[in-house]
Amino acid sequence: MIEFQNVTKQFPDGTFAVKDFSLVLPSHKVTVFVGSSGAGKTTLLRMINRMVNPTSGKVLIDGEDVAGLNPVALRRKIGYVLQATGLLPHRKIADNIASVPRLNGVPKSKAREEALILLDTVGLDRSLADRYPDQLSGGQQQRVGVARALASDPNILLMDEPFGAVDPIVRLELQDELNRLQGEISKTMVFVTHNIDEAFAIADQVVILRAGGEIAQVGSPAEILANPADDFVETFIGADKGKRTLHLQRREEDGVTLIVDAEGRPAGILGEDKG
Amino acid sequence: MSWLVDNFDLVARLTGNHAILSVIPIVLGFVIAVPLGWIANRSHSLRSWVIGGGSFLYTIPSLPLFVILPYILGTRITDERNIIVALTIYAVAMMVRTAADALAAVPADAVEASTSIGYSLWTRFWLVEFPLAGPVLLAGLRVVSASTIALVSVGAIIGSANLGYLFTNGKQRDFLEEILIGIGASFLIALVFDIAIVLLGRVLMPWNLRKSPASKSIRQNAVGVY
Ligand SMILES: Nc1ncnc2c1ncn2[C@@H]1O[C@H](COP(=O)(O)OP(=O)(O)OP(=O)(O)O)[C@@H](O)[C@H]1O
Ligand SMILES: [Mg+2]
Repeated sequence: MIEFQNVTKQFPDGTFAVKDFSLVLPSHKVTVFVGSSGAGKTTLLRMINRMVNPTSGKVLIDGEDVAGLNPVALRRKIGYVLQATGLLPHRKIADNIASVPRLNGVPKSKAREEALILLDTVGLDRSLADRYPDQLSGGQQQRVGVARALASDPNILLMDEPFGAVDPIVRLELQDELNRLQGEISKTMVFVTHNIDEAFAIADQVVILRAGGEIAQVGSPAEILANPADDFVETFIGADKGKRTLHLQRREEDGVTLIVDAEGRPAGILGEDKG
Repeated sequence: MSWLVDNFDLVARLTGNHAILSVIPIVLGFVIAVPLGWIANRSHSLRSWVIGGGSFLYTIPSLPLFVILPYILGTRITDERNIIVALTIYAVAMMVRTAADALAAVPADAVEASTSIGYSLWTRFWLVEFPLAGPVLLAGLRVVSASTIALVSVGAIIGSANLGYLFTNGKQRDFLEEILIGIGASFLIALVFDIAIVLLGRVLMPWNLRKSPASKSIRQNAVGVY
């Protein structure tokens, strides 16, 4: 479990990236931060692995304040997929994936063997293992970024717009793969996107952010669709409703009737007219 | 050419000594300049001290330095350690700016990414910054190598047995062939060193061999430094 307690981050130039932010991110669940550019999503993510230290407030992992942990050890225990892939240009794909295990002293041949298995896991061909990052497409590189984050089998995965650089079709594929993968590995995942459809597609818990890291609404996709907290959330989730082909689907677990789009993603909830 | 045949042993001995007197300052200069370059990038004031210091050292003329060093080091004036120390100072002076620029030009993305997945300062330097600065460092090393080999000759004036002896001796005797052989042998050393450095670069930086746009731009940077 990750917990933010009244976290504020003010950068030296005076910008408040995050202001008095409190939230619990449950273990083995996917929490998605969604919000417009500059809302403070990356800053929130990087306060978990101490790439950014809060100005005030605490970030706790399983009850332990990260401020007291060694940053290098902490980062090796947390998988991190960077917004811009962040692959090392001078190392082959397999070596990139094996980075953290190698730093932890795993023998070269074993680390490579595991890297090849991870290539399978993220749906890449093993023949890519000996290429360099710039010999891969943007989407392939992002998958390698995910493989690298998984390599040391971390309990926590931070993913900063991991599918930002790919076309919508591949993006949907990657989202499905991520859902399949999460079914197998069940990590505590923190995922950042500014695409609300992506958030609904993969989240257990969606956190909609306004500027300054202010929470507009927290809840499951169904809860947010059923009861948007305010106009801001409504606009945010309804922005491209018009393009959707919708149908109804009854959900077994709670008997809610969902409105589902062509890709099978919830787009709304069927309610009685109260007027 | 008969002079060369008769004096082949002498020329070979001078060449060997010349190569040894060159290789030590080249290696030491590189080893000292790279950490200094790293330090220079820590802050603006450190940078001006380190780079300024390097430029200052480079302005000291070589002959007086050969003469002063024995007093500082407590060595005899004919001791070749004076030459090695003097040339190491020049190598550092020449290399430190390149080292600072090379390390500063390492893509910030790569540094940032490696930090955020758990590289310590030390592992990050050796596994990320140093290799990515490699092409520019190597270009700088080639210049230092050529210039050090040329500078060693000056040591002959204070009695060092290197190829410079052929220049001074040939000049005294007004014997052109001896001078030309000195130049030829010195050029040969420079060529062998240069090829060795380039080959070393290929072995140590295989990612750089591919004709990708990224590696091309690194090479252009390397050229741009000079
Ligand atoms: N190092 C920094 N120094 C000063 N201001 C910063 C710094 N990093 C981020 N900010 C500011 O903090 C705010 C939040 O930035 P952050 O990167 O967290 O946004 P984001 O939600 O991830 O945006 P995006 O979707 O564009 O990635 C922005 O206003 C940004 O300009
Ligand atoms: Mg961001």
